[in-house]
Order: sequence, then structure tokens, then C-alpha cells
Amino acid sequence: MVENRPVATFVTHAVLIAGVVFLCFPVWMALVASTHGPEALSKAPIPLWFGDQGWQNYRDLLTTGLPEAGGVPVGLMMLNSLIMALGITVGKIAISLIAAYAIVYFRFPFRMGFFWMIFITLMLPVEVRILPTFDVITRLDMLNTYHGLIIPLIASATATFLFRQFFLTIPDELVEAARIDGAGPMKFFRDILLPLSRTNIAALFIILFIYGWNQYLWPLIVTTEEDLYTVVMGIQRMANSGESLPVWHYIMGTAMLALIPPVVVVLAMQRLFVKGLVESEK
Amino acid sequence: MKRVVFRSRWLPYALLAPQIAVTLIFFFWPALRAIESSFFIEDAFGFAREFVAFENYARLFADAGYLKSFRTTLVFGVGVTALAMSIALALAVAANRVLQATTLYRTLIIWPYAVAPALAGVIWFFLMNPSLGIVAYWLDLLGYDWNHYQNGDQALLMVIVAAAWKQISYNFLFFLAGLQSIPKSMMEAAAIDRAGPWRRFWTITFPLLSPTTFFLLVINFVYAFFETFALIHATTSGGPSDSTSILVFRVYQTGFVGQDYGSSAAQSVILMALVIGLTVIQFRYVERRVNY
Repeated sequence: MVENRPVATFVTHAVLIAGVVFLCFPVWMALVASTHGPEALSKAPIPLWFGDQGWQNYRDLLTTGLPEAGGVPVGLMMLNSLIMALGITVGKIAISLIAAYAIVYFRFPFRMGFFWMIFITLMLPVEVRILPTFDVITRLDMLNTYHGLIIPLIASATATFLFRQFFLTIPDELVEAARIDGAGPMKFFRDILLPLSRTNIAALFIILFIYGWNQYLWPLIVTTEEDLYTVVMGIQRMANSGESLPVWHYIMGTAMLALIPPVVVVLAMQRLFVKGLVESEK
Repeated sequence: MKRVVFRSRWLPYALLAPQIAVTLIFFFWPALRAIESSFFIEDAFGFAREFVAFENYARLFADAGYLKSFRTTLVFGVGVTALAMSIALALAVAANRVLQATTLYRTLIIWPYAVAPALAGVIWFFLMNPSLGIVAYWLDLLGYDWNHYQNGDQALLMVIVAAAWKQISYNFLFFLAGLQSIPKSMMEAAAIDRAGPWRRFWTITFPLLSPTTFFLLVINFVYAFFETFALIHATTSGGPSDSTSILVFRVYQTGFVGQDYGSSAAQSVILMALVIGLTVIQFRYVERRVNY
């Protein structure tokens, strides 16, 4: 702040508090609704403060399958989400690291051709080419499998670029020194490049974990067996339950369970997350 | 470019192989198949297909429903972008002013980034539910009749607010990073020249933020056009009477529900052209940076 103006300071805080309330209020209502029984949520106005059904609701959700959710416990859906999110994250980081290493540290025919091939995938979000991709998965017999959920999503132009940018900033002297000491390319990669990339890997891990956990369309079409449902996708079955009235206390409980893991990751690793997000996109 | 490189005939290819394999199988193959099947009309069982050249495209642009989807997508995209960016800018400017509390406010503002669009949709769907949603109830007290099951404009407004709500944190972080990179001395010099905060914002801050603003404009449009499928699918399912059926939702609807593969493929191709256009714009202008 350049000069001291009490009115401006007051307005500043008022704007921020209004913004925070706007952002938090929906999730507050979801949390409150998840602690009530169905009677409290059957007529307006619904309560703004917690009820006493919280433990009951969450225990029902996590352990027993609800018919509205296709009979799968939310605990199992969360496990599926975790497997998918970790698979996508680890896969993306692994194949992007080695691809970026090849592009930066080697000279070989068609190097730029490969680079552009990876680059173009930036432009083809899965939503856009959904039907032919589904067709490919069917032909490869990957429906209703974990690898069908994971592998098609692990190509990553963004991660490859981030690592490429980072490798370009590493001084050449390190490679020279490693070569004089007789280190081959894989030894250099393992013992020097990987340890140097630790912060970048961690920052990317957070962003990709959120990306993986929040996938919706892909699990929706690749899984038809209820045992493989992920939680972000599974919630839609409860909200659009057709003839029966939606069970809002369970739906909001599931929404809370689905949003807690990624939100906790962002808040717990806030500094790394902010650094990773702002640097990887620019 | 590195001066010092390793030499190996096969190693770089082996290192690139996994990424290239996934790209070829799950990106290029489907994209080419989409282009191919957009020129055919196939029966629902996949037994026979007939080459029809551009008929699928011609049918699309003659279809009032599809043209309406374009308009809906545009309104949706502009609405989400304007709302998410203006709120985020106001919050970032404010957070940048409060020196000690910036981190605290940042923590309270960034977490919705982690909320999946589908969940944002479902939660707002609950808040706005005409019979028991709390916001719908308050609107009713104010004498405003809310029912997004019947009123298409209200349904569109609801999905715009839900989509923007989730995107504010992302924009906020980039605006805040942009603001923090503006040198303090510039503000002080302007203040000494008796420029008030309002004037300083429009003559210094806003122009210096223009690269960030432009970058976010493209990102927000891409988000609104392509990443909000889940939000629409989990809440309104394109309804009532197609009023929230944005283009990505329509691709899915035509292909999986309507089983019209040719038309769905043609829509995919149009959307791919749109994404490529947006990406090219982004790279051309981000390279040239709107700078002062």
C-alpha cells in the first residue's frame, strides 16, 4: 500500500470477505446438509446449522452400498478414484520426464518431429474426440479395467514442456563433468537430473493428482461395472436418480467425500502448488 | 539448445517410445478416425456405411438445434469468463493491498481449484433447487420465482455461476502473481504525482497486467468450452429443452445417446478446429506479449 487510507483499507477487507463467503458458502451448505436426515431436507428452508445425523450418514455412505448409488459403497469408489489419480499422475510424470530428457540431451533424426507430435496433443482434449477414443478402447479390449481408465490419459504435453524448460536451465558444465567422470546417459539421468528435478516433480504431482482425481467423462464411458466407479463420476448417478426423489443428505455427503482429498492436497502443499501452477502454465 | 549432448543410436527413441505410443494410439488414431467417419453415414448397428462427403457438416449447419448450441456455448463462455475473471481480479487487487494477511486470504480463496466441475455443479444444483434450495428460497422471499427445471435462461445462469465459481481461484492466482511482479516504485512515483488509487489502477496496473489478462482470457474460454462437460452432464443434462446444451455436451449426446456417429464425428472435427484456433491465438500473442 502506497498511502494510508482507512476507508480504502476497509473496502479492501470487505471485498475479500465477500469473496471468501461467496466461495465457501456452497461447500458450507453441502457440509451442513450432509449431517441431517432426509426429513430436515424435505422442505424449504433447509437448516443452516449442523444436524445430528453426521456420523450415521457418513458411516452408511462409506461402508454400505446405497441403491441410489448403484449399490457401491462410496469407500470403494474413493479407492478407485485414488488408484486412477495415482496411476495417471505417476504415469504422466514418468513418461514425460524421459521424453523431455531425450529431446533436450540427445541429437537424433526427427527430434523436432516428435516434439511437435507431443505438442499437438495439447489441442485435443478427450471431450472433443470422445466417440472415436471410446471406439479405440473397445477394440483394444480395455473397457472396465484400471489400465483402460489410466493409460489413455497419461500422455502429457504440459508435463513434457515443463521438464524440457527446466532441463534447459541446467548448466552444461554438469553434463561435461559427468562425462569426464565417465558417467553414461542413464547414470547422469538417475544420479544428477532426477535429484535436481525433485521440486518440479513434486509441484507437478499436486496438479496432476487433482486432474486425475477429478476426471469425469472418461470413467463415465470406460466403466460400466459398478465396482470400478470413481467417486466424482458416481455422484451423478445419485443426483439424476430418475423417478425416486434425490437423497440430498447422501449426495452432499458424497460430494464432501469426493472433494476433501484434492482440497486437502492443495491446502497442505499450498506453496508448492502455487509455484507449480503458475510456472507450468506460463 | 544444449551444446553438450549424449550420443546414442537407439536410446533417445527408447526414451520417447512410451509417450509417442500413447499419443499415437489415443490421440492421433481417434482424431483421424473422427475426420474419416465425419464423411460417412453409418447405420446404428455399424453394419453398413455410406460415403456422403460433406453431408454431415451440411446437415449440422442446417440444424437449428446445432446453431442454437453455438449461441448457447458463446453465451456460456462469455458469461463464465467475464464473471470468473472480474471477481478474481477484484479479489487479487484487494489481496495484494493487504500486506500481512495476503497469505491467509490466498489460502481461503484458492481451494475451490481442487473441486471437480461435476461437484461444483451438483452443489450449486442443490443450492438452487426450486423446492428446497436455500438460494432459491431467498430469491423467493425477494419475490423472484426461481425454477431452472422450466426456465431455460435460469438454468443457463445457474451453470454459468457454478462454472465461474470453480474457476475464480485459478484466475486469482495468476492475477496475484502478475500484480506482485509490478514494481512498487512505479506505484510510489505515480502516488507522488498525485494519482489516486483508482487512476493508478487504470493507468498502471491494468495495462501492465495485460499479458496475464490475455492469457487468462484464452484459458477461461477453453475451460468453459471444453472442460465443463461434467458440470452440465451431472446437473441439467443439457435441458430444459436444450437451453444448456453446449457444444461438447452435444458431441456426447449425439454420439452416445443418439447413436448418430457421422454427425458426432463431424461435431468433433469442428470442435478440434476450434481448439486448434484458440491454441494458435494463445501462442502467437503470448509470444509477442502485449508489453509496455
